Parts: sequence; structure tokens; C-alpha cells
Amino acid sequence: MEKETCTFSFCKKPEIETVETDLLLIGGGMACCGAAFEAARWANPKKIKITMVDKAATDRSGAVAMGLSAINTYMGENDPVDYVKMVRNDLMGIVREDLIYDLGRHVDDSVQLFEEWGLPIWKLGDDGFSLDGFQAKEAGKGMLKDGGKPVRSGKWQIMINGESYKVIVAEAAKKALETNRAATGVKTNHYERVFIVKLYNDAKEPNRVAAAAGFSVRENKIYVFKAKAMVLAAGGAVNVFRPRSTQEGQGRAWYPVWNSGSGYALGLQAGAELTMMENRFVPARFKDGYGPVGAWFLFFKAKATNSLGEDYCANPEALAEAKAKYGKYVDNLGTAIRNHLMMRDMKLGKGPILMRTDQAMAAINKTFMEKLGEKEGAKKVKHLVAEAWEDFLDMAIGQAGLWAAKNVEPDKVPSEIMPTEPYLLGSHAGCAGFWCCGPDDLGAPEEWNKKWPAGNYNRQSTVKGLFMCGDICGASGHKFSSGSHAEGRIAAKAALAFMADNASYTPTINETPDHLAAELYLPFEVYEKYKTYTTAPEINPNYIKPKMLQTRLQKIADEYFGGISTWYMTSKTMLEEGLRLLQMLKEDTSKMAASNLHELMRCWENYHRILSVEAHARHILFREESRYPGYYYRGDFDLVDDKNWKCFVNSKYDLAKDTWEVKKVPYAQLVEDAAPVKH
Amino acid sequence: MPSYVITEKCDGCKAQDKTACQYICPNDLMTLNRDLMKAYNQEPDQCWECYNCVKICPQQAIEIRAYQDFAPLGANVIPMRGTDSIMWTIKFRNGKLQRFKFPIRTTAEGSVDPYKGKPDADWAKIKQPGFFTTSKPMPVIKK
Repeated sequence: MEKETCTFSFCKKPEIETVETDLLLIGGGMACCGAAFEAARWANPKKIKITMVDKAATDRSGAVAMGLSAINTYMGENDPVDYVKMVRNDLMGIVREDLIYDLGRHVDDSVQLFEEWGLPIWKLGDDGFSLDGFQAKEAGKGMLKDGGKPVRSGKWQIMINGESYKVIVAEAAKKALETNRAATGVKTNHYERVFIVKLYNDAKEPNRVAAAAGFSVRENKIYVFKAKAMVLAAGGAVNVFRPRSTQEGQGRAWYPVWNSGSGYALGLQAGAELTMMENRFVPARFKDGYGPVGAWFLFFKAKATNSLGEDYCANPEALAEAKAKYGKYVDNLGTAIRNHLMMRDMKLGKGPILMRTDQAMAAINKTFMEKLGEKEGAKKVKHLVAEAWEDFLDMAIGQAGLWAAKNVEPDKVPSEIMPTEPYLLGSHAGCAGFWCCGPDDLGAPEEWNKKWPAGNYNRQSTVKGLFMCGDICGASGHKFSSGSHAEGRIAAKAALAFMADNASYTPTINETPDHLAAELYLPFEVYEKYKTYTTAPEINPNYIKPKMLQTRLQKIADEYFGGISTWYMTSKTMLEEGLRLLQMLKEDTSKMAASNLHELMRCWENYHRILSVEAHARHILFREESRYPGYYYRGDFDLVDDKNWKCFVNSKYDLAKDTWEVKKVPYAQLVEDAAPVKH
Repeated sequence: MPSYVITEKCDGCKAQDKTACQYICPNDLMTLNRDLMKAYNQEPDQCWECYNCVKICPQQAIEIRAYQDFAPLGANVIPMRGTDSIMWTIKFRNGKLQRFKFPIRTTAEGSVDPYKGKPDADWAKIKQPGFFTTSKPMPVIKK
């Protein structure tokens, strides 16, 4: 197949701007907002320049764009050691305990800042009932930092009124960037609607990151950012597997639909080593609307059962069967195992699986009436019903719309739950990401810190100067929003330490700005070259539009890599066939076509999705066991095999040769075993 | 689904260089039809129903029509976002109405002063665990 090139013979050459900065933050979500806040304070007195690039508007970008109803990681009275145990248990035993403990000991500071900045946090009232953020203030309840008691929906979670969570966190980050502009005299250091496509390594030092190239989604302009270090937090990968809803409902992804695998693709193309990319997350959520179930399970104590009213997690036969294959991990009933047990009943025709919201509400109603009498009891119940709706309205408004459309009143009827299509991420209940340097004071192997080849700097990837956080720092899930913010701060501070030790470094790259522009604008050139060949621009043998690129990727991933259509089942033979088809899809990306800037972004987003999925499939292929039953199964190795596979799987992509190296890396346990700690 | 724009209400944010919905949409979906000077959702199957366009529209011209591939017709969810709280009106398919009001922030918009009352960063501690805000020694894993 003939390869296309861009010589600007057909599309117009864009303006090119080169921005020279010191620390580049790629992304504008919770992690990079944390990075901006922490970095500016250290950088300002030394006149170090910080620049943030966001593909959207930072007020509403990233995974928290809609809002959230809870902060899922707040230590408070808990010991970070117990947090490590919980995360290790939920992620089937293989995690980086140094990174998780480090996150746990840092995270509360960020949560307390959010409250200072204006995030309303629920507090426990004197009567044991919850007060929302306003009521708590009126009742004179103290702030978290002063010992105020949050409302725990689980051991680690606290409830918030989080509609404006991201707006508030972004405001602090933008103000921090403003102080950095004042300190350095730089005019602009916050770029919105600029989509970073690729990172470039240093001309003299191939394993060092030096530049990032992207384009404006609003005007014909290419940006080349040269930086001495970078913090990368460009999110996980959503809509990479064929979703259950394939028409307009596919927008209602459980995780943000705009997380296009850019975090993974940018880093792996620069040569950063990945870890645990075989991990995925398949949340069980309210069917179709994908509304959160956490508050229902933890806060309202609702039970999920099959349609016969049986608790599928307590069926002795099912548990024995699971235990024979997956061993001790079944006892702890982590999220993956609960999915596994749910699907067993679904396959036996015992669905739909139901969240018994009605029973939970009835039980609450009864307790309240008995405790408080009819009048006060009814008032409290009404408040509780409002809290249940707020859970959706803060973070999955579409679910509220779906309940309204189906006349679902949760106190009257149960609602169906369902395992979703797979997602790749590392900040929620998943741990797919990059292999990063950890802190050196926690007793971890020195290979993970002092002997880190790129230098001992916390959260540095295996590429010099490239720091990872949020969804893409691997083997350390359950950070959630607050942990991502805190990790952004950890990474940014370490990046500044790295820069101070490399003060004389000047980034240079081999590629000329014109070369970068031609690379990024290729989909324009292809489209303009061929668009008049046919009478309908959507159907043209010379190119592929981004929507079809995504559809083909989703079909391959779904059918061969263990998506919903095979009940998450795959095997060596299936993976190999899928990878063969994926290779052709990858080749076809040289014929991606875009008719406008929006489509140009979609082209490159889907290119990022393809690379993320390839890493995922190659890791599953390498790991000859089913480490995450309920998320995926290797039909040819349907067991958890601790003897051979209690280890990390790491990989490295060679962009020039288009080859992968995959290997085992030893696991090290830092926190001793004890009774498992619940969510 | 997707956000839709009510023709009669949308004025294309005419005084601005771009519309409010275009500015805010996290997924770059809202765009302006320059002939009509009205905004529209250019890629409805990529809409997360995050409601940010609905909340920001100065004309209240944007609403959400639920994803038709699984949601029956006839319901809607409408927010009114104020400076410190948000009001929601949920209309069920059967006509039932529910209204809720929730806090959104306890400080005035734009009033965040991120470093007020916070210590300066101490560069002697750049390689130690903790943030510039950290005053106590950080814990370690006890064996």
C-alpha cells in the first residue's frame, strides 16, 4: 500500500509557533491542576517557567468535568498502610506498594485545600445524620483541616456537593499559573484547545524527552513546546472496545468519552516503559446510564441480587467453582471477582441483575421512623432521597434522565446493573500505566528508586525528564480525583528537582518545525487530495475517516481481545488474530482523513486509542493466566497462577521499528499480609 | 444523548468571538453555524451528557434529549446553576416532577487565592517527601 505524505500541496500550511518553556504540563485534569498548583510555588522564586496545555477548557476538562458526588480517597483517621492493603486486594495482588503508600500519605493535603477553595464537603451532624456543605457551615462544623468530621460513605470515601469540583480546582490552578506569569514575565502559559499529538526525544540524548507537538483545535496553527521536563497526565482510554450502546448512547461511556488514550500513546511513543497494561476496568454500573453504584452500595446499604432475589456473591457452589480456579483471591471478593460471580448468574439466565434500591430505602425508612418518629423520620427520608438523586446529578446526569424516562423511582422499584465494556485507566479501580520511579524512603527495592536508570526522581518514567501521574502512572490504582491531584503535585515537585540537577540542559530535536507540521496535518492533506474523487466524501477508497477508524478498532478489540461480545473471553489464538488485524488498522492510519480541525483531533485521538489497545492486547498475550477474572479471561489459561505470574508485566515500544519488548519484572511486597481491608 | 439547541432561543452569543457552549464543551462538540448564527452539536454520539453547555448557556437555549437508543421519550432534566447552588427540575415520562437544590461552592467564584496563608517553598526540601505546604514529617511504612 502506497504511503501518503504531506507536502502542503493540497492543504494549507498552518502557522507554526515554537514555545520555549521549562516545565510542560500536558493535560488539564485533576493531575495537571495539582501539578500547576505545586510547581508554581517552587518555581516562582527561581523564575522557572511552567506551561499547561489542555485539549479542552480547564474549567471543565478531564474526568471530573461533569462533577463528582464523592471524593474516593481521603485518609483522615486511616493509616496509609491499610490503604495499600485495600488497593492490593482489589487489584489482585500485583501493585506498586511504594507508589500507593506515597499517594496515601500525601493525598489529604489536596482534599483539605479543595475545601478551603470552596468545595462543599458533607459533615456529620450532632444527631449522626449528614449535613450538606452549606448546612455544615451554618451549623458551625469545622473544616477537615481543623478536625471536622466528614460523612464517610465507605472507609476511604467522603461525600461532597461536587457539581463545581473541577471549576474550583481549575480556578486554583489558573491562579497559580498567573503567579508564574508574573514571576517570569511570560505572557501566555496556559493553552486551552491545543491537542498534543506526539512527544519528541532529544537530538543528542535519545532517551530524553525534549519537545511536544500539537495543534490548535480552533485555528490553523501548530505548536511546538520545548521543555526541560514534562508532566504527562493526558488520561486513560475510553471507547476503545465496542461499547454496549453503539449509536448515540455510546457517548454515555462510564468514564469520560474524551479520554482517548493520549496519555498512554504519548508516553509509549517516546519509549517509556509500560506496566500492567493487561489490567482493565469493567465496572458494574446501572445499565445504559452508567450511573454510580458506590453510594447505593456503601451509603444506602443496598444489595445487588439476581432476579430470583439471590445474592450471587454468596452462592457456595459458585464460590467453590471460582476458588478452584482463582484461589485465595476469591475470599476477598474484590471488584473483579464480584463481576465474575455476577456474570455467572447472567449466563445461567438468572438476570437481570438488580440493585435493590427499593428494599434499601424501605429499610432506611423503617429505621428512621422507629428512631425519629413519623414527622422527623419522613423529613430525613426526603433528605435521603434527595441525596440519592444528587449522587447522579453531580456526576452522571444522564442516569437521572434515564430513570426519569423509565419512570424509575428508586424507593419503589429496583434498577438493573450490568458490567460495562472494558476501560483502560490507572487512577480509578484499574492500574494500567507507565513504570515509574517511586519514593526512596519506603523500603522498596532500589531498582525502583535509587538505581532508576533515568535518575531517582519520584514518578519519573524510564524516559529522562518525562513524569507520569493520574490515569497513566501504573500499578497504583484507587487514586481517584483527589489522589490524581496529589500525584500531579508529587510529580511536578520531582520534575523541578530533576531540572535543578540538570540546569544546563537545553532541549533540541532533530525534526524541523515544518516536518512536525507536515506530520500532524497529514490527515488534512489526504482529505484535500482525494475529496473530489467521489460524489460523497464519506465514501472514498483513498482514505479512512476518524469515525470508521474508531469503529474498526472497537470491533477488533471487542471480538478478539475479550470484549462484551465474548463475555470478556480471549486466548493466544484470538489475541494473535486480533493483533494481525490491528496491524493493518495501524497501517491504515497513514490514510486518515480530516475535513476540519475537529476531525483532525478525532483522527489523532483514535490513533492514540489504537496504540493503547495494542499495548493492552500484547500484555494480555504475554501473561499466561487470567489475573483479572470478571474483567477478562484467557480461555487457554483460565486460572490465577501465582507461582508463575505473581509479577509485573512491563513492555517497551520501539517507534522506529514498530516492535514491542515484553518482560516479567519481580513483584515486591512492602506491606505485610493481614486481614483484608474493605472498601 | 445529546445536547440540542432551541432555534428560537440561541443568539449565537453574537457579541463574543466564540459561543459559550463552544468554549466549554469538554469534547469539542458544540459549534456555530455561521450562516444561521446558531450553535449546534456536531457529533451527538460523542456527547457524555455532562450538561456543561446547558449550564453555561446565557440564553438557556440548550437542553438534553436522552439517548434514544435506550431511553424512552418524554422526560427531561433541567438545571439552573447559580453562583453558590444549583436547582434541578426532573420531569418524568409520566409527568411527575421532582425538584432539588444543592450547594455548589462555599466561596465566591474567582475568589480563590491559592497561596494565601501558605508557606513559601523551601528548596532545601525539594527532594524530601511532602509538599511545600507540609509542616510535619511524612510517615513511612513501619516493619
